[in-house]
Amino acid sequence: MSILVIAEHDNNEIKGATLNAVAAAQAIGSDVDILIAGANCSAAADAAAKIAGISKVVVADNAAYEFMLAENVAPLVAELAANYGHILVPATTNGKNVIPRVGALLDVQPISDISAVISEDTFQRPVYAGNIVATVQSSDSIKVMTVRTTAFDPVAAEGGSATIEAAGGVHDAGISEFKGEEVAKSDRPELTAADVIVSGGRGMQNGENFELLYKVADKLGAAVGASRAAVDAGFVPNEMQVGQTGKIVAPDLYIAVGISGAIQHLAGMKDSKVIVAINKDEDAPIFQVADYGLVADLFKALPELDEAL
Amino acid sequence: MKILVAVKRVADYNVKVRAKSDNTGPDLANVKMAINPFCEIAVEEAVRLKEKGVATEIIVVSIGPQAAQEQVRTALALGADRGILITTDTDLESLAVAKCLKAVCDNESPDIVLLGKQAIDGDNNHTGQMLGALTGWAQATFASELTIDGDSATVIREVDAGLQTIQIKLPAIVTADLRLNEPRYASLPNIMKAKKKTIDSTTPADLGVDVAPRTTLLKAEPPAERQAGIKVEDVAQLVDKLKNEAKVIS
Repeated sequence: MSILVIAEHDNNEIKGATLNAVAAAQAIGSDVDILIAGANCSAAADAAAKIAGISKVVVADNAAYEFMLAENVAPLVAELAANYGHILVPATTNGKNVIPRVGALLDVQPISDISAVISEDTFQRPVYAGNIVATVQSSDSIKVMTVRTTAFDPVAAEGGSATIEAAGGVHDAGISEFKGEEVAKSDRPELTAADVIVSGGRGMQNGENFELLYKVADKLGAAVGASRAAVDAGFVPNEMQVGQTGKIVAPDLYIAVGISGAIQHLAGMKDSKVIVAINKDEDAPIFQVADYGLVADLFKALPELDEAL
Repeated sequence: MKILVAVKRVADYNVKVRAKSDNTGPDLANVKMAINPFCEIAVEEAVRLKEKGVATEIIVVSIGPQAAQEQVRTALALGADRGILITTDTDLESLAVAKCLKAVCDNESPDIVLLGKQAIDGDNNHTGQMLGALTGWAQATFASELTIDGDSATVIREVDAGLQTIQIKLPAIVTADLRLNEPRYASLPNIMKAKKKTIDSTTPADLGVDVAPRTTLLKAEPPAERQAGIKVEDVAQLVDKLKNEAKVIS
C-alpha cells in the first residue's frame, strides 16, 4: 500500500517540516505520495513534485482548504485514505489539529509524534514528557500518525519529478471560518528550523531583559526560544515556547539562559547536539544535560558573551 | 448555555515518571495524581463563562478508575455544577475516550465542550479533535482566548507562527492552551460545597461504547540518557570550547 504525507505549506512554498515527514514515510515504504490541500496552491504542488523520492503529488485546490481548517480538510483526507496504508503529517500545530479528526472519521486510533519506525505497523514515540519511549504496534488497517520532525533527517527538496494529479471532492462543512492571523515578524530564523537557539527562562526576570538574548542571538544567527516558565510569566509570547507543550527542537547548538531545566522544558530540547547552560544556581537540573555549563549571573555573562562573539 | 468540561486524572506535573524496570509501562506506584493542567484551564474557562452569565450549567466528566472521582470533585470545587464519572479499570485510548464523550454529548446536548489541548501523560493531543469528528461539530484547538457571541464563538488559537483567529458555529469543541487563563485555587467553603454536588457514575459499556484497544504497547523504556558535560570557568572559556572543541560556532 502507498503512503500519504500531508504537506505543510503556505500555498506557495513547502515548509521544511514536510521533508522530515517524507523521511519518516520512506522509512516505512518506498511508494510515497504527497497531498497538497490548499487554495491557488499550484506553486506549492510544483515544489512538492521536486521532492526526492515522491511518486505522486495529489492536489486538492479549493477555497475550502485555504487555511487548513480541520472541519474541511479531515473529510478530504478521509476520502483519499482508501488508497493508502499510512497517512503521515509533521507534528506542527496544523498537523496536530487535523490528524486526530481524520483518525476518528476513519475509526482509527492515531499515533502521535513518532520518533522511530520499527516496522510498517510498529513505531516509537515519546510519552511522559520524553521520560519514557513507548514502542507501539497498531492493528488498524490504516495507520494515521504525526511525525516528530527532529527525529528524522529531511529528504532533499530537489531532485524528484513526481506526477501531479487533482483529486478529492470539495468538503466545505461551513461551520468554521478563518478570520485572521497575527504572525510575529522577525528576521531571525524559525525556532524549528534554526541551527542555533538561544533560550531564556524565568531567570530573565522580565520581557525587556530578553533584549540581552536577542543581541547574542543576532551575533550567532540564532532563533530565540523560551521556557514555559518565561511564557507563563508573560515575558514573551507562546510561539517562543520550547518544551513538552511547546515546540520540539534539536539544533546544533542550544544555549539555555536562566532556565532551571524542568522536565517539561528538557522534553523539547534534549536532543540538541550541543547544549550550553548559563545559570547562577549550580544545582539547576539543566546542568545535568548540558555539555558546557557556566555557573554565572546571566546579567553579567550575557553582555560578556555578546562582546566575545 | 450548557458547558461540558472533560478532565483527566494524570500523574502530577512535578513528578518525573519513569518506565517500570521490566519495561512493561510507566511506573505509577505511589505517584501523586492530579487533574491534567490543561484540563484545569478548561474548567476555569467554563467557570468564568458562568460568572459572566454566558453559561448556565457546567457539567464535568472524567473517564478513569474510581479514584478519578477526586479530580471530578476538584472541578466541582472550582465551580462546576455536577459531575459524571465513567469508570473503567483499563487505560483507554483516545478513540475510545472520544466515543465515550460523544455518548455524553448525545445525552446532555452541551453547547460547548471544553477540554485541555493534551494530557501530560500520553502527550497525544487527540481527544478534542476526535470528538469534533464524531459529533460533526466545529473545533478550536489550542485556544488562548474564547469569546461567545450568540450561536457562534470567536477563538484565538496558538499556532506555530503566532496567533490565528477563527470563528466557529456552536455547538463546538474548544481545547485549552496554556494562556487561556490562570486557574484559581479552590476555596475551603467551595471544597465543602463540592462534597454535596452530584456525581453520576456510568461505564463505557452502559454508554454502548466498544473500548477494544487498537494499539499494543510492546515496550516502555527510558530514553537514551544524556551525559552531563563539563563546567567552564568563564565566558571566554565557553566561547573557546564552542569554537575549537564543539566547533558549533565560528
